[in-house]
Amino acid sequence: MQTNWVPLFPDQASTFAWQVDLLYAYLIIVSIAFTIPIVVAIFYFGLKYREREKYATPDEMHGSIALETVWSIIPFVISMTIFLGGAYVYYNQYTPPKDPAMEVYVVGKQWMWKLQHSTGQREINELHVPLGRTVKLTMTTEDVLHDFSIPAFRTKADVVPGRYTYLWFQATKPGKYHLFCAEYCGLNHSGMGGWVYVMEQRDFDNWLSGNVSGQTPVEQGRDLFENKLGCASCHAGGPQQRGAKLEGIYGKEVKFVGGGTATVNDEYIRNSILNPSSQVVEGFSPIMPTFKGQVTEEQLVSLVAYIKSLSGVTGSSTPAAPASNSASNSTPAPHGNANTQASNPNAPAANSNR
Amino acid sequence: MQTQDAINAGITGSPKTNYLTNGFTLKSWLLTKDHKRIAIMYLITVSLFFFAGGLYASAIRLELLTPASDLLQTGTYNKVFTQHGVLMIFFFLIPSIPAVLGNFMLPIMIGAKDLALPRINLLSLYIYWVGGLLTVYALLQGGVDTGWTFYTPYSTTFSNTYVMAVGLGIFINGFSSILTGLNFIVTVHTMRAPGMTWFRLPLFVWAMYAVSLVMILGTPVIAITILLLALERLVGVGIFDPSIGGDPILFQHLFWFYSHPAVYIMILPGMGVISELISNFSRKKIFGYEFIAFSSIAIAVFGFLVWGHHMFVSGQSIYAGLVFSFLTMVVAVPSAIKMFNWTATLYKGSVSFDTPMLYALGFMGLFLIGGLTGLFLGSIGLTVHLTDTYFVVAHFHYVMVGGQVIAYLGGIHYWWPKMTGKMYSEFWGKISAMLVFIGFNLTFFPQFILGYQGMPRRYASYPEEFQVLNIFSTAGASVLGVGLIMPVIYLGHSLIYGRAAGDNPWMLPGLEWRTSSPPPTENFEKTPIVTWEAYEFGEESGLDLDEARRRDLATATT
Repeated sequence: MQTNWVPLFPDQASTFAWQVDLLYAYLIIVSIAFTIPIVVAIFYFGLKYREREKYATPDEMHGSIALETVWSIIPFVISMTIFLGGAYVYYNQYTPPKDPAMEVYVVGKQWMWKLQHSTGQREINELHVPLGRTVKLTMTTEDVLHDFSIPAFRTKADVVPGRYTYLWFQATKPGKYHLFCAEYCGLNHSGMGGWVYVMEQRDFDNWLSGNVSGQTPVEQGRDLFENKLGCASCHAGGPQQRGAKLEGIYGKEVKFVGGGTATVNDEYIRNSILNPSSQVVEGFSPIMPTFKGQVTEEQLVSLVAYIKSLSGVTGSSTPAAPASNSASNSTPAPHGNANTQASNPNAPAANSNR
Repeated sequence: MQTQDAINAGITGSPKTNYLTNGFTLKSWLLTKDHKRIAIMYLITVSLFFFAGGLYASAIRLELLTPASDLLQTGTYNKVFTQHGVLMIFFFLIPSIPAVLGNFMLPIMIGAKDLALPRINLLSLYIYWVGGLLTVYALLQGGVDTGWTFYTPYSTTFSNTYVMAVGLGIFINGFSSILTGLNFIVTVHTMRAPGMTWFRLPLFVWAMYAVSLVMILGTPVIAITILLLALERLVGVGIFDPSIGGDPILFQHLFWFYSHPAVYIMILPGMGVISELISNFSRKKIFGYEFIAFSSIAIAVFGFLVWGHHMFVSGQSIYAGLVFSFLTMVVAVPSAIKMFNWTATLYKGSVSFDTPMLYALGFMGLFLIGGLTGLFLGSIGLTVHLTDTYFVVAHFHYVMVGGQVIAYLGGIHYWWPKMTGKMYSEFWGKISAMLVFIGFNLTFFPQFILGYQGMPRRYASYPEEFQVLNIFSTAGASVLGVGLIMPVIYLGHSLIYGRAAGDNPWMLPGLEWRTSSPPPTENFEKTPIVTWEAYEFGEESGLDLDEARRRDLATATT
């Protein structure tokens, strides 16, 4: 499909690509509508009133309030239409459809993209997605800033260390599209890219079954939780339980010791693993050690997926978090949570059995 | 008449010594308090930095001729584009118009003997030299590869290059900007000649005043940001790196809180120069003087409120994004007002197309494109696709080169006869102005298309389908390069062989044209008394036009 000839518009391959192109076309029209009269006026005035006589003194002309008002208001009104058009397209870019999304986890690393499907398949610098299905990416990075950019989908988002950012799209045209890292990330920045393959659902299913899937993120998370990291020894319930019970916790509101509340979301779970003492829930003591440095970003993604699955959340029903915003995300809880598990009465009990 | 004497102060009979002949020793230059000599030393240094930055630019364009990174390795390429940005922005674009043209002309244009704080002025030059030398030293040691934006945590934790040395150079250089801005503000407030009221000030002075405000208020923020960066890099205090408890987005907020206003530090002076050129070469009072003056101030103020438009996809909240998008649209309006007023000034004027005017008209075309593409990038829904692509590169080069550099060159050509007393070749001046315009468009217009295609910036290698437009761009850059080297030659030539320019070669009313060329050290023999409005070209401003015509006739016949 690739030719040496460069068309003005790249492939349109996502649901909102045409809106971005339409806005672009509108701006080109506005630009031409401004440029032509001004350039014509400059040439016309320049030639018509060119110097006929040295040191001529043309009649003085004082400004005109009426003209100034007109040419202040017209650009203002036009710029507001551009703002509103942009805001509308932006809203569409960041509001995924309601249907269940296909989750993909992305970890950036100097200089590669590591991706994992919720069904377990791993990819490097390549992403296979089915046509017409909403795909939601949960992204973070092990080192510096990166930016996950797919020009054919007209979307991109920075990938920021220490937090999750999100991106969604729904592909509309089968094909092979560029994937770029668009935020400068060091030595091999320009090599940090690859391809996004959009496939018919049937082909995608074949691709999925043709790939050894290994463990899904939820399974990996369970393995980490129960065996490798031993989270279960405090969080699994039963008489030994010192930590919070995690079943059903996702999306609930929790109260912190010393005031403040938060809604349990991906970011909250991530932070609870890395900086547990920064947000101790009422009824508990700050006894959980930090796991910072002991879990990789990929393991964290799996743990979050597993803990979400304990609440029956598979990712698709996450609140439509607006795009790149995340760390300071304080989406209000949808309804009251009087039955929250957080106030576990026997939590602070020191265990003296050992 | 009592004022008539004052008006013609200096115009008759050139004084025995001018600022150039007042002492020839190195010491008389290095310890001078004369704003004009300081400006000349700035001119030489700034030109050297422009030349160095231009060499880096050539290396970038040559590398991008082919899709693979073959001429330069990626690591070298990363350093080259970083150093191109650092040198051009901090050591050329920011100081060029204020420190060279502003320094030289501002006191003369308001009828003052010097800036209010001459020693501070010399100090600012030395600070600039120290900051510049340190940066050059760091570049020679191995350079820096973080991009001129120094984004964290790459710059604090991951880059193994000379980040701190270059950071220190920029930090030191910032004080030079602050001192220049302070000096200009004090000078405009306290040193205006009798009769030079605020609304008689040339618009260049208004622009210098506005830019000084931005320099004083904005530059300390970049200084603090660099200090925080140093704290993290050297001592390990977690400020920006999340692995030690910092926030990388905080750096971007701090950085752009300075660096967006810095864009206006670069373009406002250019707008001031263009206002002078358009009005003077149309021999007509500028249309809407007050609107142009206040739009400069409006740009300076609003410029502080739009930094978040650099961060639409960086992870800031969408509500912040929307507010920044709205404010960005608002800040476009004062620029549009200027554009319309400049165009209207030509109407019923007496337009001559001398070299400075060609630059001014070129500026209007290029700045128009630069400004309009700014709307594309301010429109948040569109910018998600465009940000971090070549569209951004093209846009800011249209504003920075098409705007600021062209205006600077226009200003240099306009005031060259005053600064040196010599006239350059009009023929070569016009050729070079046109080459710059054509070469510039050929270089940067294809990059808009590349950007919409999705070519990311800061790429040493790129997919093959982008090559055609990159070849256009590189070809244009060679034309642009020739156009930019030519002035060095014919301006240099004019210093020795150029004909004497006379005190007022274009019979213009500004105070700088009412003293001798080159001006004496104290600028005027007698303090002028201003009885005319800005941009009055008739006899009422005291210009002896008949005498000028007789003079021309005499030179034409001999």
